[in-house]
Amino acid sequence: MNTPDSRPGSTSGATRWLPLAVFAALAILLAAGVWLSRNPDREKLPSPLIGKPAPRFSLPVLHEAGRLISTEDLRGAPYLLNVWGSWCPACRDEHPVLTRFAETKRVRVVGFNWKDEHADALRWLEQYGNPYFVVAVDYEGKAAIDWGIYGAPETFLVDAQGIVRWKFVGPLTDAVIREQLIPELDSIATKAGAPAAGASPAAGTAR
Amino acid sequence: MLSAPLSAQPANDPAPLRYSDPAEERRFHDLVAELRCVMCQNQSLADSNAQIAHDLRREVLDLMRQGKSDAQIKEFLVARYGEFVLYRPRVESTTWLLWFGPALVLLAGGYLVARVIRTRASGTGADDGTATDLGRTSRGGEDEQEW
Repeated sequence: MNTPDSRPGSTSGATRWLPLAVFAALAILLAAGVWLSRNPDREKLPSPLIGKPAPRFSLPVLHEAGRLISTEDLRGAPYLLNVWGSWCPACRDEHPVLTRFAETKRVRVVGFNWKDEHADALRWLEQYGNPYFVVAVDYEGKAAIDWGIYGAPETFLVDAQGIVRWKFVGPLTDAVIREQLIPELDSIATKAGAPAAGASPAAGTAR
Repeated sequence: MLSAPLSAQPANDPAPLRYSDPAEERRFHDLVAELRCVMCQNQSLADSNAQIAHDLRREVLDLMRQGKSDAQIKEFLVARYGEFVLYRPRVESTTWLLWFGPALVLLAGGYLVARVIRTRASGTGADDGTATDLGRTSRGGEDEQEW
């Protein structure tokens, strides 16, 4: 008695609720879209370079005519690569934050002067102060493409082995340094302090 | 405010690109239309006037002249800027929903339509008072629309 009654009842019930279900699904989809669009970082691209060797460059040094600096020269200790240009207003905002961090001497801060005029770059650093250990100049923007740079400021953290560990797009703030950069530096330090995790060098010496 | 740091662009404007022949120009335009500008993400590399788009277009032309295939050029950009630069993402575990989602939705819709039609047909056939609610409501709806 139950079965013949329930069968048509259940199908009609399902079809009656169908428009509501479709509407609810659409509403959820739209809400998810609105929710995702609230993320202020949604236009920032994740770098495919994280965990990979830093792209090689050999670029002129801003303050020394004729001298070149390469990624090989920077190996051996971690460094922060900060992309900037005198044409970039956000770099001006970032500058005091970066200077304060550079003064802690936690890590070498390398400047990457991107598509700038030589005289403008020098004047900019004279005016606002130079927090950089060294400034590499990429006038053509070729090295910038290898690093996946698409705006300024952008900041990369490269470890002592030359592996890119972290990237930040936009001006660094004290909060970003405290909550992201310092923990990354700490994790690099513990990895470097611990005996080499890779088994292959140990096996090599044992032989 | 958000776009302020991202729209920050160097001011120097490079010389316009020159093509050696119309075939090269056509291939170049087809290629850059399929690549997304990393700065202005709603534009293709062909449309964007951002400085980085100028630089990337120049790079694409350089790579073409080095004899790289379209696939190699796309691979070059993906290695630096990520999958995002491709307007047509590759079929991978992370993109299969993007590729096959619409087809799945279409199939599900087709199945539902077929079911509704079947229910209506059986509803009119078995007109014994226990006709389905759908049959009743839909016919009621039609009646309302008719006057």
